[in-house]
This record gives sequence, structure tokens and C-alpha cells, in this order.
Amino acid sequence: MHEMGIVLHIAKTLNETAEEEKITKIGSVTLQVGEVSGIITDLFVDCWNYFKVRNEILKDSELKLETLPAVTFCGDCEKTYPTVKYGRECPYCGSYETWLLTGNECIIKEIEAETL
Amino acid sequence: MKVIELKKSVTDSNDRDAALLRRELDEKGMLLINLMSAAGSGKTTFLSRTITDLKDLRIAVIEADIESVVDAERIAKLGARSIQAHTDGMCHMDAGMTREAVESIGTDETDVLFLENIGNLICPAEYDTGAQRNVMILSVPEGDDKPLKYPLMFENSNVLIITKTDTMSYFDFDMDKCIERVRRLNPFIEIFPVSAKTGEGMDEWEKWLIREVQETKNRRKR
Repeated sequence: MHEMGIVLHIAKTLNETAEEEKITKIGSVTLQVGEVSGIITDLFVDCWNYFKVRNEILKDSELKLETLPAVTFCGDCEKTYPTVKYGRECPYCGSYETWLLTGNECIIKEIEAETL
Repeated sequence: MKVIELKKSVTDSNDRDAALLRRELDEKGMLLINLMSAAGSGKTTFLSRTITDLKDLRIAVIEADIESVVDAERIAKLGARSIQAHTDGMCHMDAGMTREAVESIGTDETDVLFLENIGNLICPAEYDTGAQRNVMILSVPEGDDKPLKYPLMFENSNVLIITKTDTMSYFDFDMDKCIERVRRLNPFIEIFPVSAKTGEGMDEWEKWLIREVQETKNRRKR
């Protein structure tokens, strides 16, 4: 299951941060999830809730999700357009020479924490 | 409570582990190939043929498939060393798991190590394993539309092997259209259509593999 793997990777990063910053408890975790990151948010929240109660520092934490829009850039006409609506084909000039600018990220933006 | 800004990608720590493993493999002169495909695409048959054809290469295999005792036995029969990697139920191998497997099989007696990743075209594409080369397999029965459905896998691979070409006449697989779709995603990808059953096309892939093994050894000498 893909979502569980992502939860485990986040937990690893947060536990490392906790050690560096002498964190005793994390109150909230804000994640930025791209529209085309392939993460299914409902499933992700389930995995998070399943996992967090088993982790000392995360057990009372709240998960906050922010969606980042997916934007594609066209190399031929140099315009940008929303990826989800139009896909790979540029709606302005019909070119396929297009690249995703943003939208496939999954970023731990910030946490609220109690420290020693 | 205080707010701590992190701005860290989820794959951040894995990317660091992967880069470190890749550097160590280069220093040792061993080629690690991350082999990815959907389930049933003929990974093990393709590997078996490669091992049989290239007797002079010291090939080893990491099996990361859940039903892989069968696969491991098939590989072992050919005289190649293989081990089972544990993904703890996850859908992909990450750099940490790959490192454990590489260390337990050892790098001294091996020219090329294949990591047979979990059989699906989505999750393995997102996690860097630390391999120097990513090779993916698409089999003819899966269809020529797969590049449209799973673009990331095609974008992140250095080589595409199109297997089971001996079944072309039974399926509506348009080879030219498939290659065009793949090149649109990744202009630098090397493409080898093969039939591991009849051996057709295997020599081109094997030439590529021998060249890569040699180049990896050269990197060590420098």
C-alpha cells in the first residue's frame, strides 16, 4: 500500500527532527500535497490515524492537509495551464512538449511542537 | 507549542540514502539495476535468459516479490545467487531496504546485481533505490497504451524492455505507436523489444548490459 509507505517516511523524518530539536510532543503536522501526486487523501488520513497512536511523539497530533495545484508549462508557446483539466496536450497550441511545473509534490511544510 | 518550519519533501531522507548508496556502489565498481514492471510481465523469464546467455558475467538477484520463493528457486537453478528482500508489506523497495539486501549478498563476487522490484508500475517509480540504472519491462499483452497510464515509470527509466514479442500476432500491440508514446515522455530512454522465449532481440540488450558493467568498473578505476 502506497499511502502507508509515505506515512512511514514522514514519521522517520519527524522522529529525526524531534531528536534534533528536542521535541517531546507534536501537536500538528501540515502537509502540502500536489494535485497529481497520486496520493489518495482519504486513504492517507486512515493510514496516518492507524500509525500515529503507535508513535510516542505523534500520538496526539492533528494532520493538516493543503492541496497544491498542478500546473504544466508548454515549451512551444511558453504558456502555463492547469494540468488536471488539460493533461499533457497544451490547450493553447496543441503541443505535447509540456512539463509539469508543480503538482506532484508531498512536502512536510511545518509542525507545531512542544520542546524541552 | 511552537511552529517549526520544515519544508522537507517526503522522499527527502530516502533520496539522501539513495545517493549515498549509489556513490558507494560506484566506488566498488558494482552495477545495481533496479528492474521494475507489472506482475506477470515476464521479469523472471527475462532474467533467466540473460543469466543463461551471459555465463561470463557474475550476476546476482535480489527478489522483492511477495510470491518469490518460486522465482528465487528458478534463479538459483541457473547458478546465480539470489536473496529475498523484505519490504514489510510495502509496495516498493526504498534505499534503506535495498542497502540491507546489497550488504547481505555482498559486492565482491558480483559484477551486476538485479533488484527485482515489487510488481507494479506506480509505487516503485516514486522511490529511488540507489541503483545506478533503472530498467523497466512492458510486455506485449499489457498493451501499447501503458505509457499514457503510468508516465512516471517511463520517465524515470533508463531502459525499456518490451517482452513477449513472440505474441505480437495475438494482440493489438502497435510497436511504433508504443515507442512514439514512450519517447514523448523520455527522449533518452533505450528501447529493446525482445522475446526471452525465442531469444529474439536479446543480443542488443545483452550488449548494452555488458557495456554498462564495463563502464561501472571503469568508474572505480578512476
